[in-house]
Amino acid sequence: MATEKDFTSTYKPTWCPGCGNYGIYPATKRALAELGIKPHEAVMVFGIGCSSNGANCYKLYSFHSIHGRSLPVAIGVKLANHELTVLADSGDGDGYSEGTNHFVHACRGNADITYLVHDNRMYSLTQGQTSPTSLKGTKTVTTPAGSINEPFNPVATALVSGATFVAQGFSGDIPHLADLIKKAIQHRGFSLVNILQVCTTYNKVNTFDWYKQHTYKLDATYNPADFNGALLAATRTDGKLPLGILYQTKRPTYDEQIPQIKVEPLVRQPIKVADLEPAFDSYR
Amino acid sequence: MIQNNFSWKIGGEAGYGILSAGAMFARAMLRAGLYVFDYAEYPSLIRGGHNTFEVSVSDRKVFAPRRPIQVLIALNQDTVNLHTHELAPDAAVLYNTNNASVPGGYYGDGVTVIGVPFEDLALASGAERVARNVVALGATYALLKLPIEGLFAIIELNFTLKKKPQAIIDTNKAAARAGFDFINKNLSKPFNYTAKPLSNPERMIMAGNNAIALGAIKAGCKFLSGYPMTPATSIMNTLAGQAQKHNLVVVQVEDEIAAICAAIGAGYAGVRSMTVTSGGGFDLMTEAWGMAGQIEVPLVVVEAMRTGPSTGMPTWSGQDDLAMLLAASHGEFPRIVMAPGDLEQCYFMTQEAFNLAEKYQTPVMVITDKYLASSHSWIEQSGFKDLPIDRGRVAAEKDLPVGTAYKRYLHTKDGVSPRTLPGTPGGEHIANSDEHDEESFSDETAEERAKMVDKRFRKFDAAAADVPLPVLEGDSNADITIIGWGSTRGAILEAIEQLKSHRIRANYLQIKYISPFPVEYVKSVFKKAKKIAVVENNKTGQLAAWIREQTGLAPDYKILKYDGRPFFSDEITSTIKNLL
Ligand SMILES: Cc1ncc(C[n+]2csc(CCOP(=O)(O)OP(=O)(O)O)c2C)c(N)n1
Repeated sequence: MATEKDFTSTYKPTWCPGCGNYGIYPATKRALAELGIKPHEAVMVFGIGCSSNGANCYKLYSFHSIHGRSLPVAIGVKLANHELTVLADSGDGDGYSEGTNHFVHACRGNADITYLVHDNRMYSLTQGQTSPTSLKGTKTVTTPAGSINEPFNPVATALVSGATFVAQGFSGDIPHLADLIKKAIQHRGFSLVNILQVCTTYNKVNTFDWYKQHTYKLDATYNPADFNGALLAATRTDGKLPLGILYQTKRPTYDEQIPQIKVEPLVRQPIKVADLEPAFDSYR
Repeated sequence: MIQNNFSWKIGGEAGYGILSAGAMFARAMLRAGLYVFDYAEYPSLIRGGHNTFEVSVSDRKVFAPRRPIQVLIALNQDTVNLHTHELAPDAAVLYNTNNASVPGGYYGDGVTVIGVPFEDLALASGAERVARNVVALGATYALLKLPIEGLFAIIELNFTLKKKPQAIIDTNKAAARAGFDFINKNLSKPFNYTAKPLSNPERMIMAGNNAIALGAIKAGCKFLSGYPMTPATSIMNTLAGQAQKHNLVVVQVEDEIAAICAAIGAGYAGVRSMTVTSGGGFDLMTEAWGMAGQIEVPLVVVEAMRTGPSTGMPTWSGQDDLAMLLAASHGEFPRIVMAPGDLEQCYFMTQEAFNLAEKYQTPVMVITDKYLASSHSWIEQSGFKDLPIDRGRVAAEKDLPVGTAYKRYLHTKDGVSPRTLPGTPGGEHIANSDEHDEESFSDETAEERAKMVDKRFRKFDAAAADVPLPVLEGDSNADITIIGWGSTRGAILEAIEQLKSHRIRANYLQIKYISPFPVEYVKSVFKKAKKIAVVENNKTGQLAAWIREQTGLAPDYKILKYDGRPFFSDEITSTIKNLL
């Protein structure tokens, strides 16, 4: 069985000291290893951002794409070979600004992909601009008077867009996060793990302590099968952020609903010399 | 009396069934053993506006719509008013007396003008008013002295394909019969043009988009992700219709960016994949187009041009996008850009596109336009040539180095590095849009950067040596050499024939592979040619500019048209006549 180390490349991470990515990275590797997935069976598609620089650090089929586009690339990979474990990995700017359209439609489509979003509420690679998840009033270099937009709510958006697995984790709690990622990968269908993450360099508001004060773990009394309950938890007005699986349901996945790939993944279907005779006849 | 050589045109509002009547007539003429080429003009709306459909019919090969028009069916007043200048002196005009009028003396003396109550006839025969178009087909058959049984067969086929009940078929036949009888009763003098069925040699009729879709299936394309945009959409429709039969997956995604990214993902995972769009859609795709170049993933994109900029004229044709496509996306990377000019080339070059994309692990662009994409032409099956499939260098587990790391971006002589598909043990790597080293890790050192750029461009040199050279067609000792690209092919071939009767000898160089460009070959053509004219559907002469960039040479003439309409052969003929 592969171990965390087998998923570790020779490339040393370049994140700042204290960066939340140092929590998300091992949690992801642990989840993959504990599920018995082998490095060559996993594809991780990254966008662009500090988080996505992690593309270099994993030893698996890693795909460092462009800003905001990890999801559509991942869906293409999955439809070509649905036997692979496919993850998409983005930052909050990547996933909830540049790539929002893909996010909403991935929830609808329910392709069997796990989407990890490193939500540090900040554009960090570009050196500290406001992000869609920044709190209103966040002062950054581009919003010196404070940001005007209300923050985007990723988990609520996923819920109302039809996601079949919606979870929220914290970069500071690796065992809990690894468990969420494991369950997300195991889930058949589109799974979102929104990962609350600290940025020690640019985000001086949403610090480790801030998250400790503002988050709570969903306990055994919480029923993740209850959509309305999940919506309530996702949209609390007291500023408290739930950690855990908010919602999980069963729906046929996108790939399952394509008869052409019921038996064999596309990539394993030999290219036969196509008989076009009937098609030609239809033009006569 | 002229037999089996005429152009027919029908016009009316959108919603009058102009396109469907035209398509039925074209197919009927094909089945009558004649060569056909059709061309439709329509605005970007579903009701109202002015739609026309013309069909050029001949017992000899026809490569483009022919003017003048010998038969005009005017289902509304606009059609009466707008096409006078397109008519032959001895044309016939059948106009809809329910909807239009023709003042006495409006057309020249030689023109046969017959008012036909198309809608009354439709209703009287038990059909709905919309069957006026079928009445018009019946009238056409009588005018051309064609046996009506051929039309009945097409009506049957058309409505059966549309899954209409027998009653609809019957009333439409009755409508056709009503039009037929009306003309037979009211045609006072015989019409100068007739048609007579010949034996049918099993020819097909289809549009460029159909030929591209069939070529893609033949090439083993397994995945298309797209977002609808005229005039590219019917490639997607055609492939979706064939998807179950040929086990390929066609997905309509949320936007063009997703479309190209998903196609890249599928290509990376190891299946032949494509996306199709038009200019505006490709604008959105450009960033990912460069990603395919950088991470070295095979990708085929078809861009069917319409008239820009911006929304422009969405249902009209032009060749405005060449310069954009040759340079699209930031940064420098090898790309292959090709432009088929007819159905045979659409079918064959689509197969070439997939081979080249995989051999050189780089994006390949197939450019067409609305005119080529959607005009239907006759085609013989023997014209469709198949190409053996070449999947390029893919490394399996057994091909991988033992004891050392697999190098995804290995510096090879021709720049092509064997790729591994996800799922291959030991072949893990980063498909890296960041600049990278051979092992695929992000690397920004000066030396590695320059080496990696060179590696990618060695693939371009290799492709340049691999793609077929163009062919100079026609008289080697011509008075003028016409150079063109893409859909102008048919009109140019017809113009060359017409020029012969003016004692002008012209030959033709179609640049099929625009990038990499056949530099030496084109230089040699320039050297030998007496005069050179570049023919293009754009304002600025984009191919001419590219030729100059590649060879330092400029043509004597640029023949340009940018009004949203394709070139008609007689326009090329008269322009060249005046130039020489
Ligand atoms: C098309 C495009 N626009 C903008 C950028 C610049 N850019 C790179 S990363 C980034 C945002 C990063 O923020 P986030 O996605 O939250 O990731 P983080 O760096 O915080 O992990 C931006 C705007 C880009 N690379 N591409």
